[in-house]
Amino acid sequence: MIYRETGQFRTSYAEDQAIFRLRQDKIGIAVILAIAWIGVPLLADDYLLRAILVPFLILAVAAIGLNLLLGYCGQISLGTGAFMAIGAYAAYNLALRLPGLPLLLDFFLAGLVAAGIGVLFGLPSLRIKGLYLAVATLAAQFFADWAFLRVGWFTNYTPSGSVTAPPLDLFGWLIDTPLEKYWLCLAFACVTALLAKNLVRSRIGRSWMAIRDMDIAAEIIGIRPTTAKLSAFAVSSFVAGGAGVLWAFVHLGSWEPLAFSIDMSFRLLFMVIIGGMGSILGSFLGAAFITVLPIFLNQAPAMVGIQLSTAMVSHLEFMIFGALIVLFLIWEPHGLARLWQIGKEKMRLWPFPY
Amino acid sequence: MAELGPVLEVLLGGLMSGVLYSLVALGFVLIFKASGVFNFAQGAMVLFAALSLVRLAEWLPFALALLLTVAIMIAVAWAIERLVLRPLVGQHGLILFMATIGVTFFLDGFGQTIWGSNVYQLDLGIPSTPWFLLEGLFPGGILVSPVDVFATVIAGSLVLALSIFFHGTRIGRALRAVADDHQAAQSVGIPLNQIWLIVWSTAGIVALVAGMAWGSKLGVQFSLSLVALKALPVLILGGLTSIPGAIVGGLVVGAGEKLAELYIGPSIGGGIEYWFAYVLALAVLLVRPQGLFGEKIIERV
Repeated sequence: MIYRETGQFRTSYAEDQAIFRLRQDKIGIAVILAIAWIGVPLLADDYLLRAILVPFLILAVAAIGLNLLLGYCGQISLGTGAFMAIGAYAAYNLALRLPGLPLLLDFFLAGLVAAGIGVLFGLPSLRIKGLYLAVATLAAQFFADWAFLRVGWFTNYTPSGSVTAPPLDLFGWLIDTPLEKYWLCLAFACVTALLAKNLVRSRIGRSWMAIRDMDIAAEIIGIRPTTAKLSAFAVSSFVAGGAGVLWAFVHLGSWEPLAFSIDMSFRLLFMVIIGGMGSILGSFLGAAFITVLPIFLNQAPAMVGIQLSTAMVSHLEFMIFGALIVLFLIWEPHGLARLWQIGKEKMRLWPFPY
Repeated sequence: MAELGPVLEVLLGGLMSGVLYSLVALGFVLIFKASGVFNFAQGAMVLFAALSLVRLAEWLPFALALLLTVAIMIAVAWAIERLVLRPLVGQHGLILFMATIGVTFFLDGFGQTIWGSNVYQLDLGIPSTPWFLLEGLFPGGILVSPVDVFATVIAGSLVLALSIFFHGTRIGRALRAVADDHQAAQSVGIPLNQIWLIVWSTAGIVALVAGMAWGSKLGVQFSLSLVALKALPVLILGGLTSIPGAIVGGLVVGAGEKLAELYIGPSIGGGIEYWFAYVLALAVLLVRPQGLFGEKIIERV
């Protein structure tokens, strides 16, 4: 009864093109933002911020990056972790070799480096697609893993191979408490989500979707596949690279190449599938799901009095992730985001069935 | 320039590990040919088969354990076909591929839950002391591991058996018909579901053989599942639809990565084996998108 568009008339193009057209949606997003920016910091303790919310936000950003490529442009990538790693190491090296570089500029340049490499590994997508492309992106993953492990220059020849991020100095404001880190990540997540949402509604986003739905038909109606595919790779790698910088600098602090291994790529793929391919909201839902599920699995058996070994829990995690992927692909290929949408449709008609 | 003897030894070792890659790649090709599914779970099936065999062999005679494992792999194939692929019939190839990634994770977790996750030794009764060949020609001879030779023989006979199966039997003809065109095959009365079950079971048995070969070499453990990642570039190199391609691709990758490690490895820090196959596959893709032996990809609007 409450969620209904009756009586809300749109009288200008600007209103018609707004992201949130319904008053209820506007109120809803305002409440969510208020809770995220003000409510959570008041209530959450350091553990919640540091171990759950910060990783969730960063992974959501990375999932948006992959979603732009996989969900909107239909190009599969198993190398998202590699692009995150490229972003992280680029930011590290830029900060190391250009002292005094402002933090945000450092992040931005690192994103550009990731985008450049992304385009390079996206080049095969012009000739090949689908499964073959998956292998090409895997090549990026393995190559990055190797390069950051073996080529000393990238890690400044540290003997242990692990590098430490410089202190996060944002225009003289030193970001070191969990709360400040949370705010920083939240800001990045909000900005990325907004930009991504507007990007996919624009000409370029629509050309990606045309390529995804049928590339030959898209070419015939005048979309350049080269531009569309490579721009998708560039934007996706840029976002993934940025997320990689956040993951390394804000979440981990000091890290090894293993932090961005193929496991990371698979986790992001799962987030996108479970959350919803082709949905920005889905990226957030998927990231939340994949972040919380392992924690839940660790805690739940103990709560009901069953003792499981850690090995057992990790195997269970594998099984549940695997089963969920298959179930979602069979029953709801558009993921959690689609479930949410169905819920909204039902609410608009409630209490009538149709 | 290195001496000829060691180079030959490296080359031979590379070729033999290439045969092992081919064994895994073969499973991929079988399924891709007959159902158009790119089965990422092949590696997980290798692990699952090897784990089942090793654990069953602990309290059963080896032959019985082997038979039981074959039965288990057929059951797994049946379950995958029934529960995962049938509901997804007609979906985009990418969706099917991602579903098999899900199957991979499930099978990895499931296998280690029921069979345990330690490293198990698989003893096939092959001597582990290396053989030395051609000692007259080169100082010290050429070192060859019997396990590799065994795997090569097995792989060779498997390929022979499969090609006879594919070309000489009624079922093989039906399989090729299905691979060409699902609908046409169905309309002349070939039961698709049965065919898929047969193909997946065959792939399961190939996985078992690969698991035995790899398991006796590395020990049966989780890393067997990652062998699949090494087999992917082999496939791309050889072409997704070609059984000879899988073999040749495996040999090229195996020999290539060992030789690359020998010649250019020292100058750029070593560990080239990790990505050499992928970069090679990428280079081939750019020139020949269908792989060395694959069928040309023709698109219709």
